[in-house]
Amino acid sequence: MIGSEIPALIPVTYILFAILIPVIGLWKREIVWHLSLLGTGIATLFSAWGMMHLIQTGETIRYFFGGWMPPVGIEFVYDGLAAFIVLVINAIAFLVLIHSKEISKVEFPGKKMAYYTVSMLLMLGFNGMVLTGDLFNLYVFLEISSLSSYALIAIGEKRAPYAAFRYLIIGTVGGSLYLLGVGFLYTVTGTLNIIDMHEMLPMVIGHSSVIAALILMIVGVGVKAALFPLHGWLPDSYTFASSTSSALIAPIGTKVAAYILFRVVLFLFGVELIDEQLPVTTIIGVFAGIGILYGSIMAIAQSELKKMLAYSSVSQIGYIIMGISLANPFGFIGAVLHILNHAMMKALLFLVSGSMRLKEGHSLITKFDNSYRKKYPWTMAAFTTAAISMVGLPPLAGFFSKWYLALGTIDNSNWLLLAVILISSLLNAVYFFRILEKVYLNNPETESSEETEILEQDEVGFSMMFPMAVMATGLLLVGIFNAYIVNVIFTMFPAGF
Amino acid sequence: MDLTYIPLYAVLVSLAAVPFILLSSKKPNLREFWTILAGVIKFLLVLTLLPSALEGNTIELELLEIAPNLPLVLKADTFGVFFALIASGLWIFTSFYSIGYMRGHHEKKQTRYFASFAICLSSTIGIAFSGNLLTFIIFYEMLTLATYPLVIHSETKKGIAAGRKYLTYTLTAGLLLIAAAGITYSLTGTLDFQAGGIFEGVELSQTMAVTIFILFLGGVGVKAGIMPLHSWLPSAMAAPTPVSALLHAVAVVKSGVFGVIRVVGFIFGPEVMAEFGLNEILMVLAGITVIVASLLAFAQDNLKRRLAYSTVGHLSYIVLGVALLTETGLIGSIMHISFHATMKITLFFCAGAIMVNLHKKNISDLNGIAKVMPWTMAAFVIGSMGLAGIPPVNGFVSKWYLATGALEGGMMLPVIILVISGLLNVGYFFPIIHRAYFRKGGPELEGHTEASPFMVVPLFSTAVLSILFGLNPDLFFNFFDMATSVASTIFNRL
Amino acid sequence: MLDFFLGHYAYWFTIILLAIGLYGMLMKKNLVKKTIGLSIFQAGVILFFVSVAMKEGATVPVKAYGLPVSEAANYMNALPHTLMLTAIVVGVATLGVAFALIINIYNRYGTLNEEELLDKIQ
Repeated sequence: MIGSEIPALIPVTYILFAILIPVIGLWKREIVWHLSLLGTGIATLFSAWGMMHLIQTGETIRYFFGGWMPPVGIEFVYDGLAAFIVLVINAIAFLVLIHSKEISKVEFPGKKMAYYTVSMLLMLGFNGMVLTGDLFNLYVFLEISSLSSYALIAIGEKRAPYAAFRYLIIGTVGGSLYLLGVGFLYTVTGTLNIIDMHEMLPMVIGHSSVIAALILMIVGVGVKAALFPLHGWLPDSYTFASSTSSALIAPIGTKVAAYILFRVVLFLFGVELIDEQLPVTTIIGVFAGIGILYGSIMAIAQSELKKMLAYSSVSQIGYIIMGISLANPFGFIGAVLHILNHAMMKALLFLVSGSMRLKEGHSLITKFDNSYRKKYPWTMAAFTTAAISMVGLPPLAGFFSKWYLALGTIDNSNWLLLAVILISSLLNAVYFFRILEKVYLNNPETESSEETEILEQDEVGFSMMFPMAVMATGLLLVGIFNAYIVNVIFTMFPAGF
Repeated sequence: MDLTYIPLYAVLVSLAAVPFILLSSKKPNLREFWTILAGVIKFLLVLTLLPSALEGNTIELELLEIAPNLPLVLKADTFGVFFALIASGLWIFTSFYSIGYMRGHHEKKQTRYFASFAICLSSTIGIAFSGNLLTFIIFYEMLTLATYPLVIHSETKKGIAAGRKYLTYTLTAGLLLIAAAGITYSLTGTLDFQAGGIFEGVELSQTMAVTIFILFLGGVGVKAGIMPLHSWLPSAMAAPTPVSALLHAVAVVKSGVFGVIRVVGFIFGPEVMAEFGLNEILMVLAGITVIVASLLAFAQDNLKRRLAYSTVGHLSYIVLGVALLTETGLIGSIMHISFHATMKITLFFCAGAIMVNLHKKNISDLNGIAKVMPWTMAAFVIGSMGLAGIPPVNGFVSKWYLATGALEGGMMLPVIILVISGLLNVGYFFPIIHRAYFRKGGPELEGHTEASPFMVVPLFSTAVLSILFGLNPDLFFNFFDMATSVASTIFNRL
Repeated sequence: MLDFFLGHYAYWFTIILLAIGLYGMLMKKNLVKKTIGLSIFQAGVILFFVSVAMKEGATVPVKAYGLPVSEAANYMNALPHTLMLTAIVVGVATLGVAFALIINIYNRYGTLNEEELLDKIQ
């Protein structure tokens, strides 16, 4: 039955569309946007279907390519966590690509075909990374997604290629370190399959190669996940890339890398083995905590919306990694939920910044004023929703992921990280309310209140409003009905919880 | 009659009014009609809960599971109904008053004002009917957010600064509350409000108990204005006066003290409080606040700021009564929640009426105004008498119980604090009355008459209410019976 | 001690290559030289895999007469080598993207020296 083919169907869809878009695009250039939507749409449907299938049957699908059983062959593992992440990233990509219709006309008019082709490849890479059950295969998909994201980031402002080049250097080093780590593990276990290796590891855990491998893998993936202090590439890349690229890569890219950390720390090694030789989780937790504070403080210092959001991403990814480092059920729930929440919030915020660039020609916070409230009431309402969720006020989604993370820190009696969560919420409030104040209140110094009354509404078009509205509503719904999602997350727990 | 869904409707009715208010922004009369309609319906809904609350029944409604094992629960117990009754009842007065004030003052963005006000009331009733701590936190944060547009309403530099200060204080408080709730949850496995506490049978070390308590206190204490967490309140006086009146004398700050009682009576419980000496922390802080706030009130020339400091002091009366851990003291506290509300709202209404009518904000400018605004000043006198604890105004009754409660607990110091603070109250209200009645007014008073009836009628009615409740605390709503029943459920749990 | 170094000489070569690569990427100002450093770094990883699969006296993993399959020691492990074919492809693709970016940067700024580049960006 077709349900068991889902893991293969999703990446195949992207491969298909990565070929279709240039072929058809040569003939009919106008429809590449529609094709890319079709591609992500089909993938989203497949992942939604797969998720439903999984919830109903409760069985992990292991798909063996070409019928070769592991450890010889490559398998895709479609378990609860993978299904969830795949659904999140495909749905977000679908929404972001809807939004790109207008932006593509302005920011990369001649490169639409190339752009959408590469974005299909990007999604192929991300989906492959999530689905694969093979460590080397993971590296290949990692590089596919990375190479596509270098290309996507380079399509942007004047400074974008240089930012992309820097990212390329750092990112490739990260990828190579990960590969080296995999090599070390291979030498001691003789397998590359995650499930297989998980069973072998207890026998070789004392070997020094294993600990070296673990460190190399965490550092390598940490670069991709922008784990502090390996985040240096992120702010410039997100800022100078085109608005669509940032909205596509920021919510998804670092999340997928964080997901790899999930796999490595909690599934490959598992709760019992991870701290066997070195207090790995503690070290990750400390860096995550510093990253959260550092990102928030740097975000406050920025005067450009996209750059602020980029630093905020550094901070938010810290939450997810902190959840992993707690290695307990609440931390896990918080981290997985935060992947969903932050993907929605960050995508929404980047979409708003893209809309602002399109309408106003800039996204400088210093130039925001209260005319926006009149001109773009709905965009600003969406922005406010995302901002409040970022600050973590109930009943929006952001509150609940923080709530579970907080419970996780309490369970571990890790008061320091609890304090970090609380302080960073306040810092978030500082940088978001600063913008809200500008947008919603008269500037007491300029006294321009009379002018704003006569401004006409100049809201963005439907293709831009729709994704933003969906995500804003999503934030509220996820917040209110998060218990249903958490009940699903319960089924995703790695062994040992 | 099935009352199960009444608490939900009571919470939602003002929220439901918000779209109507926003849609009729071009027609002020229609817009205010919605506000008042929502207010009346809300009050009637809460009123239908009164009989069952008096019998000590609890109406519990589990809405949905918002987190595993943590449902969103609305629970209309006696204490909740008590608080909801005050907030929703005074909202009606405030709505009428707002119409007079906002129009008389030609304020801008009145639609935003009325809409935020409605959301605030929903949150307040939500706080009153919260069945567990998580629900409480959700409404508490909602209240914070909904009050923000009201605090910065003037959109002046001062207003915005006040808004920032307000947000800093309240958001921090919210976070501390979340931390406290998290720790409590991981220790007890529940966050339900249970009369007598949920910590029974939980291994609790001294440091842990104190830490959790301090976190809770930081959480609810900010809104309750306990020193040193009070300073947002005087700044928040930059808001329009009806906001100060209802929110900064009734809804917001009383949510804080309501929270204190919930924490002390329903999370920790008197035994745990006494076992770890937590009530002493509370008592010291509250005692200091009562005295220092009263002293600071002297230094204020701005009338609203003086009232704000007076509020800070009186909130700590309530906290002090809770900290006594005696039944009578708690009755006094709970009574003071309602009585201070009627008195302080009267005073704020008066201050607002003076500001709109005569454009005077400072006490030093109030010479001779009693001749111009006799009704307003009469109400002001009643309110100040009550706050100073002079019979027959209701403030006397609650103070009496507070003092008796302290004596019951064998404590002299709280009584002394109450007496000193009563004298200080007289001290800082008397000069205002003296100026208004016995000094000769300046020439600028000529041509002015009493404020618009939209303002005078509400302010005088609340003053009359204060006296009536002073003569018979059980009048209309059986406030006294309710307070007694709440106190006895906490202290003699079944 | 000497045995330790000699016994792991392949590892040491890998480390030296990685170090050279890192040096190139960090210290060289020219973007092309940085890219060369990147390539050396990747080559180090590839050679590591290749060396891991090397066995003294074993032959290619094609079934040969006289060498029973059951004695796996007779054959080299082919898997790492095949993996590295993929890794080399990845490396080539990376180089391609890197050079595309470098050309683009040169067209925009007229220089490939990082210091001059940063000056022009400011």
